[in-house]
Amino acid sequence: MPAIKSLEELKHIRDVALQKKQMKATAGNVQVIVAMGTCGIAAGARDTMRSVLNFIETEKVSGVTVTQTGCIGLCEQEPIVQILLGDQPRVVYGKVNAKVAEKIMKQHVQNGQPVKENIIQM
Amino acid sequence: MREISLHLLDIAENSVAAQSEAISIEVHEDLLNERLTARIVDDGRGMDAQTALQVQDPFYTMRTTRKVGLGIPLLKLAAEMADGSFSLESEPGKGTRVEAVFRHSHIDRMPLGDLSSTFLTALIAHPEIHWIFVYRATDIFGNSRDFVFDDAELKAELGGVSLTEPEVLTFVRSMLEEGIAALALQPEMN
Repeated sequence: MPAIKSLEELKHIRDVALQKKQMKATAGNVQVIVAMGTCGIAAGARDTMRSVLNFIETEKVSGVTVTQTGCIGLCEQEPIVQILLGDQPRVVYGKVNAKVAEKIMKQHVQNGQPVKENIIQM
Repeated sequence: MREISLHLLDIAENSVAAQSEAISIEVHEDLLNERLTARIVDDGRGMDAQTALQVQDPFYTMRTTRKVGLGIPLLKLAAEMADGSFSLESEPGKGTRVEAVFRHSHIDRMPLGDLSSTFLTALIAHPEIHWIFVYRATDIFGNSRDFVFDDAELKAELGGVSLTEPEVLTFVRSMLEEGIAALALQPEMN
């Protein structure tokens, strides 16, 4: 682990994040769920996840929960990403490579417009 | 799977499914002894001896042990193809230890791949788990250097702040990336 200097830095980062969180408390809850079963990982789910995280970092998107799920039985559609936006119904996306993930983050998570061509009808 | 790192992410998911509280992922690249060792140790519910054998068989596990699936047989095969070995030790109620050893210079050894991405993904996807990541690099003269990341201190300091807040993410990602990159061995010469 890096030395104490980093820990000081982390404390500062935490405080800034806490302040932002309080300011954004009214915004709806956003959950991004990446499927990470063996099938998902083999199909590129880790790159999908990295793309989601990169977007959060570069666009400084606060208040997004990123989590994972196992195989949901649609292995041929992997990598699969599910989006839960506020109280809207769950949207399930298939064949989400890094590029599609970025599009979903921009269009759906940030602007509320689902990326129609990648939606899986359940 | 194209990388050993992807296998590790996959096997770690088994540990999460086995209700582990703490999971460690350890990788040792040893150029002196020509070995690459990858190990996952968890304190999950474990398996009895029979199940521990069965999960190594793809045809058995595909049908019945849904929590494990193909992941273990694939890693085992990858290690054995590279003149290595595979072992799985488990004790019900205590946990499981999976180890894959590869001959470092073997032409069929998969690349280690993006280890920091695997660590970051595991950390983000399962914030409830206590993660310990270890990367050790030993050069041809036998000098070893370690990168050890134990998330306990980080999480205590963050309190309830999510790891996916952009500033926190930048901090953690660069910590992992820089920590591993700093230990990079000379390009492999076969």
